[in-house]
Amino acid sequence: MMLLYLHLFWEFFKTGLFAVGGGMATLPFLYSMSDKTGWFTHAQLADMIAVSESTPGPIGVNMATYVGFSTAGVPGAVIATFGLVTPSVIIILFIAKALKAFRENKYVDAGFYGLRPCSVGLIAAAGVLVVKLALFNVDLYSETGAIADLFNVKAVILAALLIVATRCIRKIRGLHPIFFIAASAVVGVVFSF
Amino acid sequence: MKKYWELFITFARIGVMTFGGGYAMIPILERELVDRKQWTTSEEIMDYYAVGQCTPGVIAVNTATFIGYRLCGVPGGIIATAGVVFPSLVIICVIAGVLSNFADIPAVKSAFAGIRVCVCVLIFNAVVKLWKAAVTDKATLALFLLVFVLSVFFDISPVVFVLFCAAAGIVLARLGVRGK
Repeated sequence: MMLLYLHLFWEFFKTGLFAVGGGMATLPFLYSMSDKTGWFTHAQLADMIAVSESTPGPIGVNMATYVGFSTAGVPGAVIATFGLVTPSVIIILFIAKALKAFRENKYVDAGFYGLRPCSVGLIAAAGVLVVKLALFNVDLYSETGAIADLFNVKAVILAALLIVATRCIRKIRGLHPIFFIAASAVVGVVFSF
Repeated sequence: MKKYWELFITFARIGVMTFGGGYAMIPILERELVDRKQWTTSEEIMDYYAVGQCTPGVIAVNTATFIGYRLCGVPGGIIATAGVVFPSLVIICVIAGVLSNFADIPAVKSAFAGIRVCVCVLIFNAVVKLWKAAVTDKATLALFLLVFVLSVFFDISPVVFVLFCAAAGIVLARLGVRGK
């Protein structure tokens, strides 16, 4: 048990240290953690994202707590969250004294010039995993070989509607994600996804 | 002691009110720290937030550590951080505990299958928003494509990409390709 706690702490310490660009940037690390440790599945992770988006608190912290809880109960939740914030606290306390120098340092600035597209690329790649899970039936397709079986038609239609709703319709696009999550849950139940 | 307690409670309030994180946090920080407590100014909050963005980790946590440190030194930084994560710990543990009892009910499974579709769209929207600030020229487009394609098709740790891209950013900036 002690070993699991240490492992959990270490995995989240790495996430906190290398995830640049806020809560969503922790996603690729969580997928990589799922592949490596088998603590949780990709499907569980997608559900955790939804819960983290619809509950109070910063997403990155919520996800760490959730993953920690589902891996090792309440102590796991505390340890994972502690692991996630430890690098932040250390780094901020170090640079706080030399804030101006840090922000204007040309190497820091150039490093972040490279890190920003990296972060977007990693999040997009994690998004592909969720798309595969939610919109496609890869297993069914490899069994039957029929193209029609590859797409989860109901899910694709819902995704198209959600993109239009969250990006194009002025009146509702600014709404909090929780509304779209709740609406999707209702659609899921009504049309038995 | 009273000051530490006040710091903890204030940041716990901020944690509860921060839905989702990121920019959503700024108006809440302003209301709690500038209007209510008068511990800092709006300009300083924007500075803290900017630093929180360009250091590794969750932005909300970085901002909390920073403000706590400015107000009460190292213990302040730690206490403010503990405060901002405390509500998440309690709320998520309760919800996760409850949900795990219902996870096998068919209706709950259908609901989450629907929600997963929404999660795809939310990630897509996050990518579009981040893309605008990140992919500004040919070099950053190349880095984006490289990271995206390699991490979709190969099993490479994100740590490797992060280290590589930070180094690449420094080299590319020195070569003077930035902005072209």
